[in-house]
Amino acid sequence: MNEPMKFDPIIVLILVAATVATGVPLNGGLRGQLTATGNVVASFFEWFGELGVFCWRLVRATLTPPYEGRELIRQLDEVGSKSFLLVALAGSATGVVLSLETTDSLSRFGAKSLLPAVVVFSILRESGPIITGLIVSGRVGAGIGAELGSMRVTEQIDAMEASAVNPFKFLVATRVLACILMLPLLTLVADFFGILMGWITSTLTEPISLRLFVDSGFKNVTFNDFIPSTLKTAVFGMVIGVIACFQGMRTTGGTAGVGRAATSSVVLSSLFVILADVLLVRLILMFFP
Amino acid sequence: MESAQNELSVVLRGLRKSFGDQTVLNGIDLTVAPGETLAVLGRSGSGKSVLLKLIIGLQKPDAGSIRIHGREITELAFGKLNQVRKKVGFLFQDGALYDSLTLEENVAFPLRRHNRMPAAEQKNRARDLLTQVGMEQTRDMRKLPSQISGGMKKRVGLARALVMDPDIMLLDEPTSGLDPITAGEIEELILRLQETHRMASILVTHDLHGAQTVSNRVSLLHEGAILAEGTFEELHRSKEPFVSKFLRGDA
Repeated sequence: MNEPMKFDPIIVLILVAATVATGVPLNGGLRGQLTATGNVVASFFEWFGELGVFCWRLVRATLTPPYEGRELIRQLDEVGSKSFLLVALAGSATGVVLSLETTDSLSRFGAKSLLPAVVVFSILRESGPIITGLIVSGRVGAGIGAELGSMRVTEQIDAMEASAVNPFKFLVATRVLACILMLPLLTLVADFFGILMGWITSTLTEPISLRLFVDSGFKNVTFNDFIPSTLKTAVFGMVIGVIACFQGMRTTGGTAGVGRAATSSVVLSSLFVILADVLLVRLILMFFP
Repeated sequence: MESAQNELSVVLRGLRKSFGDQTVLNGIDLTVAPGETLAVLGRSGSGKSVLLKLIIGLQKPDAGSIRIHGREITELAFGKLNQVRKKVGFLFQDGALYDSLTLEENVAFPLRRHNRMPAAEQKNRARDLLTQVGMEQTRDMRKLPSQISGGMKKRVGLARALVMDPDIMLLDEPTSGLDPITAGEIEELILRLQETHRMASILVTHDLHGAQTVSNRVSLLHEGAILAEGTFEELHRSKEPFVSKFLRGDA
């Protein structure tokens, strides 16, 4: 009967995201706090409403010709190739840490032979995708937020519209598409370097051939372990692209506004990447058990 | 009457625009004939730039009508509005050049998007216009906007505004932030371009001298309305206290 109320972690995350998104600090007395709370709620709904309109315009701009092929290629390079090194580094670090930590834990339970499998599974299923998502939301999110933000405040976006070019098509759609296409590829990079460095770390403490490491690590890996969790990063890419472009395009207030746009792009896109991950992991476990 | 109105390049009637509870434009009526240059004068923050942005559809008016070559643009869908925009050139206050493109690419940008002409021809046209605005060196044309001065940015902005061969030119503070000599050069350039390209122009400025040099007619914008309109001589004869105050530059 008196079941304790359960808090879904997703709801908690949404509430945190909402507070950060609206960013209205509470201050003053009780009345001040009430109005401030009212403002937070109002600007929260306003933010989501505007985001909805933004997404609708984006979908329309993406689907109707002409397509901006050249700009898309430039953005693929900007998002993909230029994030390669960073993602490879982050993947490597994850592999090293995972290997060190699990060697210790597994040897305590006398299950050291499971090390390759633990490293490979952990990297393929979760560490690789989420590390890539967060690293890209930092690098690319800040870049897009600041670039579009400064284009907005220096009237470059107005100039584009005035010369009858749709900035949604030219600036936003190309960036969002580049993020969607590049994230899964970058995840493969993180996976590769993570597993490689995982092997190197473990072979330094206790020599094991790469072949044996890979064989035992991948022995039980199935389609369901690898493909859905790699492809889910396309959704991370969409989240990063959309949030960063949205924050950049709605920038106001000069250079200070550009700074705010860059910060909020990073904060919100990483937050929403984590949120999307929680949702997607649930869905993946449901449909690809 | 209607057909006479349709021959005019720009006709504004009862234009209103507010931001929040601040009314910026409160019933503006203006007309510009082909080949004519109208200067809209006013203090900083009097809504001059907003007026230009309304004319090109970057912002929507709260009420009133905007006709460009007889076409009501406030009711146009996005695609149709873009057709009108292709025939309107806009020089932004600080040039608004695209940071990531060279000067040459900046000027060719509208062509690349709208014209089926071959790339080499687009490049030639861009170079031709850059030469017209006083940038002859190919080396300079390959520079990025961050590498050139404010006056140069306005010149390149002018070249870009001209590239689609507009019938109407909107100039937002073309001489603000420039030293008197560069400002004079820009004014001269605008005059020369008007002669060669024969456009209707609306020039928004607080620079009296510049307006006097470039324009045929003046409108004085004050507190969201047109306070006085006519030639400079007519304005000088005006009995309105603000008009004479503005023309004398009194505080």
